Amino acid sequence: MESTVTTGTATENVWGGGNKPLGASYGKMMMWFFIVSDALTFSGFLAAYGFSRFKFIETWPIADEVFTHVPFFHGNYPMIYVAFMTFILIMSSVTMVLAVDAGHKMKQNAVIWYMFLTIIGGAIFVGSQAWEWATFIKGDFGAVETKGGRILQFIDAETGERAALSDFAKIIPSERANHERKNGVWFYDEGYRPTFSMNEVTEGFLANPNILIRTEAIHQEGEKEGEKTLLTREESLEKIKDGKLVVEGANLVRNEYGSRLFADFFFFITGFHGFHVFSGVVINIIIFFNVILGTYERRGHYEMVEKVGLYWHFVDLVWVFVFTFFYLV
Amino acid sequence: MAHAHKLEIFRGLLKFKNNTQKIWGVLIFLSIVTAVEVLLGIYKPRVLTHSYFLGMKLLNWIFIVLTLVKAYYIAWDFMHLRDEKTALRRAIVWTPIFLVSYLVFILLFEADYVYNVYKEGFIKWNF
Repeated sequence: MESTVTTGTATENVWGGGNKPLGASYGKMMMWFFIVSDALTFSGFLAAYGFSRFKFIETWPIADEVFTHVPFFHGNYPMIYVAFMTFILIMSSVTMVLAVDAGHKMKQNAVIWYMFLTIIGGAIFVGSQAWEWATFIKGDFGAVETKGGRILQFIDAETGERAALSDFAKIIPSERANHERKNGVWFYDEGYRPTFSMNEVTEGFLANPNILIRTEAIHQEGEKEGEKTLLTREESLEKIKDGKLVVEGANLVRNEYGSRLFADFFFFITGFHGFHVFSGVVINIIIFFNVILGTYERRGHYEMVEKVGLYWHFVDLVWVFVFTFFYLV
Repeated sequence: MAHAHKLEIFRGLLKFKNNTQKIWGVLIFLSIVTAVEVLLGIYKPRVLTHSYFLGMKLLNWIFIVLTLVKAYYIAWDFMHLRDEKTALRRAIVWTPIFLVSYLVFILLFEADYVYNVYKEGFIKWNF
């Protein structure tokens, strides 16, 4: 048997038909077709991300400041959790390739165990991604959006750390009339409402001389190159007048991290990848049960494991690129 | 065992006794590369963030090159491209490389142009 399973028979005339000139079975060829086309789809997404980023190169959010959370731990740990997710996915890729290897040697039990570990790894990854989404959507500091749709973030002048809205916003008791179903023919449920009103944030900001505003603009040269612009107190007092809306967390319209497109691409690209991981886990489970039932033992070869393995590795491959372009660069 | 795996990586610099050993070897290599990426991403050495090549920070070039290195080993050793016939491998690899380079080239140039239009144009958008 070859290193990669081939079910064709070799004849002397390679291109004369009736054989497999590329040494790959029909199913494997089709898996490769799918992978190449899917790779082009993902490339399209990432290239579009690159387009938006180059377009707003001076104001794009800095990923290190956005993805700083680790479950069960408080504090600022940029990159650590994403690195962990990357490692989990590479690890499950390894168990997958070990399953394929065991399949070539027709070791049913080894294939079962390695497939099982692969599924566990995939599940951990999807779970991590769900957690990361939840954290991203919830947000942590809150921000203010200006008339022009720019995001203003707040900094504590003493520590230099980010200041959350709840640290300084003034609670102003106010009456708020809720629209109810009984009062109108056209009733829509009230949508999402931030914890503080713009007025409360502004008042709190004016009352706390320690709070400064940080804008989206990244210094392009000089000592602070690559850092977001921090305004002085005087400039901040002037800037807060432009504030229109309080933004907490992220949705598809606006987010507290900066450019609106940032969150859109985050949801779209990692969501599409997460969906691939999810479907990969489902396919893995199907194959896993087939292995247990002995389907491939009776068939005489484990090519199906190899094919689903190709898909699984592809998902890992895509993540390597998403990791680089979303979190590192 | 008649497995026709090619058991060497780094152009024959590192040879493995069997396929399982090669898989673990590749895992160790990929983990090291990822660790280097993460460390560079956390510490961001000033030398690398303040020097440019073709309009992009040196650090970002390093990230992209390391990513391609990782992609190479995932495709070659995990997806068995190393063991496939040359024609199949080339069809799979060069098609996307050609199309993606073209797309990226065009989109990034266009984006840079749009950036300049915003920067030098008369419409105020950053307010």
